[in-house]
Amino acid sequence: MSGPSTYEPQTGIERWLDSRLPIARLMWDSFVDFPTPRNLNYWWTFGGILAIFLMIQIITGVVLAMHYTADVSMAFDSVQRIRRDVPFGWLIQSMHANGASFFFLAVYIHMFRGLYYGSYKAPREVLWILGVVIYLLMMATGFLGYVLPWGQMSYWGAMVITNLFGALPVVGEGIREWLWGGFSVGNATLTRFYALHFLLPFVIAGVVILHIWALHVPGNGNPTGVSVKTKKDTLPFHPYYTVKDGFAIVVFLMIFAAFVFYMPDALGHADNYIEANPLVTPSHIVPEWYYLPFYAILRAITFDIGPISAQLGGVLAMFGAIAILFVLPWLDTSPVRSMRYRPVARWFFLIFMVVCLCLGWCGANNPDDPVLGTPLKFVTFAQILTLYYFAYFLVILPVLGFTERPKERPASIEAAVLGNKSATAQPAE
Amino acid sequence: MTDQHGQEPTRRDFIYIAAGGAAAVGGALTLWPFIDQMNPAADTLALASIRIDTSPVETGQQITVMWRGGPVFIRRRTEAEIQESLTVDISALPDSLARNENLADDAPATDENRRYTEDLLIMKGNCTHLGCVPLGEAGDYDGWYCPCHGSHYDTAGRIRRGPAPENLPVPPLRADEANPAIVVIG
Repeated sequence: MSGPSTYEPQTGIERWLDSRLPIARLMWDSFVDFPTPRNLNYWWTFGGILAIFLMIQIITGVVLAMHYTADVSMAFDSVQRIRRDVPFGWLIQSMHANGASFFFLAVYIHMFRGLYYGSYKAPREVLWILGVVIYLLMMATGFLGYVLPWGQMSYWGAMVITNLFGALPVVGEGIREWLWGGFSVGNATLTRFYALHFLLPFVIAGVVILHIWALHVPGNGNPTGVSVKTKKDTLPFHPYYTVKDGFAIVVFLMIFAAFVFYMPDALGHADNYIEANPLVTPSHIVPEWYYLPFYAILRAITFDIGPISAQLGGVLAMFGAIAILFVLPWLDTSPVRSMRYRPVARWFFLIFMVVCLCLGWCGANNPDDPVLGTPLKFVTFAQILTLYYFAYFLVILPVLGFTERPKERPASIEAAVLGNKSATAQPAE
Repeated sequence: MTDQHGQEPTRRDFIYIAAGGAAAVGGALTLWPFIDQMNPAADTLALASIRIDTSPVETGQQITVMWRGGPVFIRRRTEAEIQESLTVDISALPDSLARNENLADDAPATDENRRYTEDLLIMKGNCTHLGCVPLGEAGDYDGWYCPCHGSHYDTAGRIRRGPAPENLPVPPLRADEANPAIVVIG
């Protein structure tokens, strides 16, 4: 942690515990007197929001597990029973299902924040990589959980995703049957997905602890991207950021509550109210909204690339779109962290955000349909967007570091916040 | 270690290497059951074969039966469909192999190598792209069309256009000895 500990045990019991297990000291130094840049804006509150949502998902999930039955003959009915018969089951099931969506909404905002303000740059590369690991674990957990209600979308989503692994050469077939525990998605698949869906959130919680640890070694980044230089650049985490985070959490939870109470199915698919049927595929299979951009990338590869078939190419592009985030700290060659001071990069970033949203739009639509009545098909549109997605990381960011002339950055966080005049007039603390 | 304590390898060196080696091999051997348990279980494998009476299937009709947890199409093709299939140029197909488990792996995808009897076509009903169930009597080749990602199959279940890489596979098939109208799948 930064600086010496300021924790002072007040009572005999605290002194007794502090000399045996200094956990109160750890908490004090991490969440009370932790020096935090004084200029953090509301985009920095999503870490706290995500922590709250991980807790919501674990608590509601454990409760649902008490009522859920992981058997193909009973899974669908047991979820309907939770929604109809279990006291407050309608509420807890709705919190869990919508909680997943809001968890992903918050993580996407958190990630775009990191991309805009250069949070992945030295010395925070490990912090960023741990974040990508958490994101991958979230995607796996979300997918496994979506299979459990055993509706038509659950079943066919599981079928399509597990079949992706069948695209691997030589070992594909074996891996698919290994994942299924049979010759198709079936009971063995459901029970193992349930076990793993229960396990992974606790793995996420473990990596979140590493993520916070890796955050507290260099400390928070900030909107200027200028490193903390003196004590005047920082404020203690409590009360300044406990209050700011708390306010943002309450606002975000209010939006969440609107969905839980008034639109519990708005983010779901009607097809998932039909019990899984291995003989009939729904006419239009789409994943949950938070996977749509990657689904669009998967379907954008409709051509063979040398020895790589279109099918395998799509799978590689989809996983590559996430894997590329791991090496982002070394792809972005600019020493300037915040895009506030990168007049060219910020425009490319803005286009990148629009591209990600449009990829999601492509993922939700039939590839052969025209885009808004134009001659452009969604699959062609998705191909152009996919090209930009990869070019942003592989060409634009590496080249801009050499060609872009950044704007002048403030001398310090204090100067940026208070202005040079008042900063010099500040009495020494 | 040997440099510090003497010229000869010591008994501690031996124990160190032996224990390390045993831990590595033991670790791998312990890991294997935990990986292998996810493979299809014995009862799943035992359910591998079913018997279907094909006599009620009329010309131009298709029934779908469940085999190994997934659909199998049994279609009695019309004369037009058979003729359409026979005229196809095998070398121009995206997948020129029969994909018939009853034949050699390199058998060409002729109509004879795909069908069960002249009019009966029996094949697995999961699209070879990502496993959706294609719709019958649909698509640009009068066979099957997969609504998920737009794969077109012809009247012998061969992929003609779209993202699917292979023809719909033909499972192991044999006629029942007592009643030839009954087909044993698996």
